[in-house]
Amino acid sequence: MVNQEDISNHINQRTISSLVQDKPGVLSRIAGLFRRRGFNIVSLAVGSSEISGLSRMTFVVEGPGSALRTVADQLKKLIDVVEAKDITDKNIVWRELALIKVNSNKKNRSEILELAEIFRVNVIDIGVSNLTMEITGGKEKIDSLVELLRKFGLREVIRTGRVATLRGTLIEGKSDGEFQYQTKSGDDLSETFFESGSV
Amino acid sequence: MTSRYTGAEIVCKALINEGVDVVFGLPGGAILPLYGVLSKFEEIRHILVRHEQGAAHAADAFSRSTGKVGVAFATSGPGATNLITGLATAMMDSAPMIAITGQVGRSAIGTDAFQETDITGATLPVTKHNYLVMRASDLGETIHEAFFIAKTGRPGPVLIDIPKDVFTEKAEYIGKKTISIPGYNLLSNTTIESVDNAVELIEQSKKPAILAGHGVIISNAYSELKELSEKSQIPVVTTLLGISSFPENHVLSCGFPGMHGMAYSSLILDQSDLIIGIGTRFDDRIVGDPKRFAVKSKKIHIDIDASEIGKTVKIDVPIVGNIKDVLNQINPMISKNNRSKWLNQVLDLKSDHPSLEIPKSDHLLGQKVIKTLSDITNGDAIICSGVGQHQMWTAQHYRFINPNSWISSGGLGTMGYEVPSAIGAQVGNPGKLVWSICGDGGFQMTMMELATVKENNLPVKYAILNNNHLGMITQWQGLFYNEDYQAETYTGNPDFVKLAESYGIKGLRVNNQDNLVDVIKEANSHSGPVVVDFVIEKVDNVYPMIPAGQSVSELIEEQI
Repeated sequence: MVNQEDISNHINQRTISSLVQDKPGVLSRIAGLFRRRGFNIVSLAVGSSEISGLSRMTFVVEGPGSALRTVADQLKKLIDVVEAKDITDKNIVWRELALIKVNSNKKNRSEILELAEIFRVNVIDIGVSNLTMEITGGKEKIDSLVELLRKFGLREVIRTGRVATLRGTLIEGKSDGEFQYQTKSGDDLSETFFESGSV
Repeated sequence: MTSRYTGAEIVCKALINEGVDVVFGLPGGAILPLYGVLSKFEEIRHILVRHEQGAAHAADAFSRSTGKVGVAFATSGPGATNLITGLATAMMDSAPMIAITGQVGRSAIGTDAFQETDITGATLPVTKHNYLVMRASDLGETIHEAFFIAKTGRPGPVLIDIPKDVFTEKAEYIGKKTISIPGYNLLSNTTIESVDNAVELIEQSKKPAILAGHGVIISNAYSELKELSEKSQIPVVTTLLGISSFPENHVLSCGFPGMHGMAYSSLILDQSDLIIGIGTRFDDRIVGDPKRFAVKSKKIHIDIDASEIGKTVKIDVPIVGNIKDVLNQINPMISKNNRSKWLNQVLDLKSDHPSLEIPKSDHLLGQKVIKTLSDITNGDAIICSGVGQHQMWTAQHYRFINPNSWISSGGLGTMGYEVPSAIGAQVGNPGKLVWSICGDGGFQMTMMELATVKENNLPVKYAILNNNHLGMITQWQGLFYNEDYQAETYTGNPDFVKLAESYGIKGLRVNNQDNLVDVIKEANSHSGPVVVDFVIEKVDNVYPMIPAGQSVSELIEEQI
């Protein structure tokens, strides 16, 4: 039994991982669905997946309480969506990438590079008056670097959406051979990789 | 060696392979190549409508009343946009249908060409799926896939947009193949655990109630529903579109709840300790205020669409699956029960809140018309309706006995549905008596289809409950807008009898209760179409009523 109250009361953002047909118009179908159900896309990452002809889309969506819980099920109803999973409550690892172009000059360059060192950031371009660094990590890590660099003068911050995947901490146990992942709350949740799309 | 055909020929061949023998449509420039080959395919009967909205509603009602998939043709631009109300109506009520629209030629797409509309873009939210087919070689597969999508799972409308030059392009057509759509898996999602949990709740319950929706009808699960209800002695409340999923002459039949449903139906749900929602989406017209809806009851929700579970009300046991299959799993596990205490309470609710008493009046009342029609036809007719007071009176006072005999626009609430939907229902059920209950408002939205009725000599009986008002608007303005009546009186109504006669259709009028029975009988015995103008009392509200967003505690039972 799903305890819907627990979910709807304290979370208004969900992370959805989906596999979709690589066809024209698919993104507009998905964006339209979010719009008409009153959901807002916080971040979106699209790219080709491990299966040819299918793209992987990772969304972070926010919206009103209990309706948001149905996002993945709503998505699955779209014919071009092959698979959609709400992985918010699962044990996931997720990353964002950001390119940050910051003002720099002779005087402060070493200070900026020191920060880059601490954050384990790659500097990918250095110009006379600015430099560009590449950072991957969680939202908080990127947020704090952006804040620290602000005093030097930010020229441009370009962030991708969140990409996420389930952690591979396989737990032995279920006889049906399904993979199991442990959630934060300690519940075992079965997860087949290619769920049948419900209609 | 497969033969090569034009795109238009492929469309017709694919339709025939899908068992289509009738389409509703209206030609225009971009779809003319398809009409150009129709005469070669005698298997397909084309019914020419007078407005594309009529084609969509007729196809939708054809589907609902037959279980087959209705088809509508329209041209590009305005022809296609005229379908949209019909598609939205079908989408909201999970009715399968296929719309085939012509599009401007491929090279003209995106140039704002004459009669160009991005109809796949425009219909995204009102179709289950849609296609723009850019190659004749894709047509056959697309059409078969479209039918598969339209009728499987939770059914819905599918639109196929075909550019003019794709109709004339030649390609191979190899017939119908196995359809496989990745991720569109129709295998049962029902878990044994959820069925066990449901059975446990039903067995433990002292006061269960079934809320049966349109899904029961779509899934053809009449006997399964009846078995569950009878075996465990559970009263059955139907939703508005669930009407005719359970015979209303059955002792366990308990009406429909919600905004204009019977008071006892709403009270049964409110007093129950378990609601078994079957093929319903717990619509706001039933639930009202979700926080105060049936707070004493646990809820089992059986639906094929997982996204409906928990959408409006909190569900204790969700079961995702085809209603018929799920009930077939549940029924053998249920033990026999008599629940005499609870059923006595239900009987008391019914007698304490009669709900269907027709007010005393010297004038002709809409309720009286419907009750009389119900008595004369013995509930043995297909009843279509529009939206408004006449719809609610029909739902309340017509006694539906046959499965799937009620065709009405529930979700979208489309006024004007009454005229073309009766065409679709009659075409799909040639031997059956079809009565369409119309409001004078809705009738005038689509009455041009009387020409279609006449042209095809469809013996539909149209009953216009004519009060020269948008009656439900009058009612709401009276109750909730300080009796500030605006734009609800129709002073320009035509003489509907003369109007019918001008189409060559028999027109009859009932002014008072004296000739009510005779005229209905006369209409029934006439072999062709009939329009009956029932001149009813001008201002008469529909009761019971639960105002929007409220709960059963705000229920207004009768005129104060």
